[in-house]
Amino acid sequence: MAELAAVVGIGQTKYQTQRSDVSIAGLVREAAMNALNDAALFWDDIDAVILGKAPDMFEGVVMPELYLTDALGCNGKPMIRVHTAGSVGGSTAIVAASHVQSGVFKRVLTVTFEKQSESNAMWALSNPQPFSPHLNAGAGGYFAPIIREYIRRSNAPSDAGIKVAVKDRIHALKNPLAHLQLPDISAEMVEASPMLWDPLRFLESCPSSDGACAMVIAHEDLVNQSPGKPAWIQGAAMRSEPTMYAGREQVSPHAGRDCAKDVYAQAGITDPRKDFDCAEVYVPFSWYEPMWLENLGFAEPGKGWELTMSGATSLDEGGDIPWNCSGGVLSSNAIGASGMIRFAEAARQVRGSAEDHQVEGAKKALGHAYGGGAQFYAMWVVGAEKH
Amino acid sequence: MQDVAIVSFVQSDCVRHAGAQNEVELIMPVVQAALKEAGLSSVQDVDFTCSGSCDYQQGAAFAFVAGVDALGAVPPIKESHVEMDAAWALYESWLKIQMGQAESALIYGFGKSSPGQLSNVLSLQLDPYYLAPLGVDTISLAAMQARSLLESGEVSEADLAEVVVNSRANAKNNPHAQLSGDFTVEQLLAEPETVSPLRKHDCCPISDGAAAMIICTVDKAKAMDKPYALIKGIDHRIETHHVTLRDLSRSPSVEIAAEKAGVHDAPVDVAEIYAPFSHQEIIVKRALGLDNSVAINPSGGVLAGHLFMASGLSRVGEVAKRIIAGEYKRGVAHATSGPCLQQNMITVLEGM
Repeated sequence: MAELAAVVGIGQTKYQTQRSDVSIAGLVREAAMNALNDAALFWDDIDAVILGKAPDMFEGVVMPELYLTDALGCNGKPMIRVHTAGSVGGSTAIVAASHVQSGVFKRVLTVTFEKQSESNAMWALSNPQPFSPHLNAGAGGYFAPIIREYIRRSNAPSDAGIKVAVKDRIHALKNPLAHLQLPDISAEMVEASPMLWDPLRFLESCPSSDGACAMVIAHEDLVNQSPGKPAWIQGAAMRSEPTMYAGREQVSPHAGRDCAKDVYAQAGITDPRKDFDCAEVYVPFSWYEPMWLENLGFAEPGKGWELTMSGATSLDEGGDIPWNCSGGVLSSNAIGASGMIRFAEAARQVRGSAEDHQVEGAKKALGHAYGGGAQFYAMWVVGAEKH
Repeated sequence: MQDVAIVSFVQSDCVRHAGAQNEVELIMPVVQAALKEAGLSSVQDVDFTCSGSCDYQQGAAFAFVAGVDALGAVPPIKESHVEMDAAWALYESWLKIQMGQAESALIYGFGKSSPGQLSNVLSLQLDPYYLAPLGVDTISLAAMQARSLLESGEVSEADLAEVVVNSRANAKNNPHAQLSGDFTVEQLLAEPETVSPLRKHDCCPISDGAAAMIICTVDKAKAMDKPYALIKGIDHRIETHHVTLRDLSRSPSVEIAAEKAGVHDAPVDVAEIYAPFSHQEIIVKRALGLDNSVAINPSGGVLAGHLFMASGLSRVGEVAKRIIAGEYKRGVAHATSGPCLQQNMITVLEGM
């Protein structure tokens, strides 16, 4: 049976368009050092390093774990590199947790990053693939038609996306690490921003960020060696489905529903809206909040936008189930790290260390990541208690 | 740790150019064959799937995404991917079994190196600020390592040629090998050096292909009523990236991994070593503490065919196959990643 593990240290960098003051190694080391400091530990206390990031083409470094071993104090230790598309930040946390839950390791460091300013993500995502028609669309162009289908099915009002875009940027104002700090954000401002991929406007899309996120995950036996409250890992799950198959449901993907069902069963969640105090969910484009509210069972099919519009997901409006109190992917998107930031922010909430964007008394939180063309999912449930 | 059983392993032929075959077409035959060999009908019959591949080989971001289309992952599956040799996908799967979250797993690795110049592509593995701009390719780095080994005075050029002679001879019995035949040390030493002190035959060929494996708990393997080999120990370690800070004639990471995996706990009679360059076989063999009684690379090793991103998994599979066949009792499989053997994994296998 699996051993109990908990997050005992979290470290992030400031997210911004370009971190020209640090190398890639400097960036990951900054997050790793912050996590070690948070856990009151040193490099020698770490048994293994689990690194994750999205495609190597984002920086132009092949298998950068080889180069980053020195910066991450890993020489002579095990180093593993996870890559599961945009869900990688979440998957990496789950692979790291399995190092401890398996009983093989006592304490591991996990780090994810993207230094998108080194390259051009749009190019790296859209370069021609051998034997495939060239789709020069980027992520927004890929998801826009799926969003339009959601709007058609659910009869959602056209401003539901705008509501999310404003809400997450208001949340970001309470998180000094968030990339976008837009104190004047308003529905009018979002609506007036250029339409990029109908119905997605510029301000309904995530930024492109440099940044890194790290966590220290420890076995139950060692949790007390770190001063902060632990975030107990109560459940973790991954699911993948193919890119192309007959009858694939792209608006509310089967893999997402199954992954949620799995992780809820592990953590004893029966009514996600009631049982969770908050959630950090991968919403890179505004409309994915109502879509994921339904996919993850927080709302009935077709009703996700109603929850969004009611303010239920807003910390600022005192909603009962705040989503993305950190500002979410819409406010900071260092792609390879984005999933782990969700997982780490969920952990911060149940540790009571989320500072200005803390949900008061949060005991249970969901961390969620997805990737590719929404084929890949990683989720975890963390709690203030062991079970 | 509980023992984990390897119940099937299948590898494609190593070919220089797989032509117009895409990832799905490379992966599907080996996955189907591995499932069949284990008596399973589809990917839905295993609890976890994990793969290893490298985007840069094909020059396409997310090369592994298409790989999932080869599996029949409907309904969706529990699946993960490492941007590493599939030997590390085996490691991730082994952890899942240890933690009780899976009783069985499918592991596969694939690589299509033919679209690019592999030795140049891999120079992008180097530190992007201080090393990559120098444009040193993989072969040149390996040649520096070979030179440092030769200059230690303990190994001669004839020893390097001997490695190749054995590889080519062993590969005659491996239907998937790309290079095989009968050669003598004298013949090989008469060949010109390409990047001194390496000759062309000291370097692995470049191959396209894939490999797949099924592992499971011992209970499950018994229930399958199929012969199997056991993973008794597995460990991997990495060293500093800066080649100038390393004694390239040694491999401390292999030494640590061998110790942790329990190589020395009992005698070893077979080893498959992932040595893309002849001199690296000598370095790894010495770091493993193996003497000349141990059969090294009975498959011919990667000098006979190099499925980049699957070769590490293949080493484990080649040892497992031979243990299952009763040819050997206790074996070691080695996998490597990075320039000059920077990162290494050691797996110890025994019979049922």
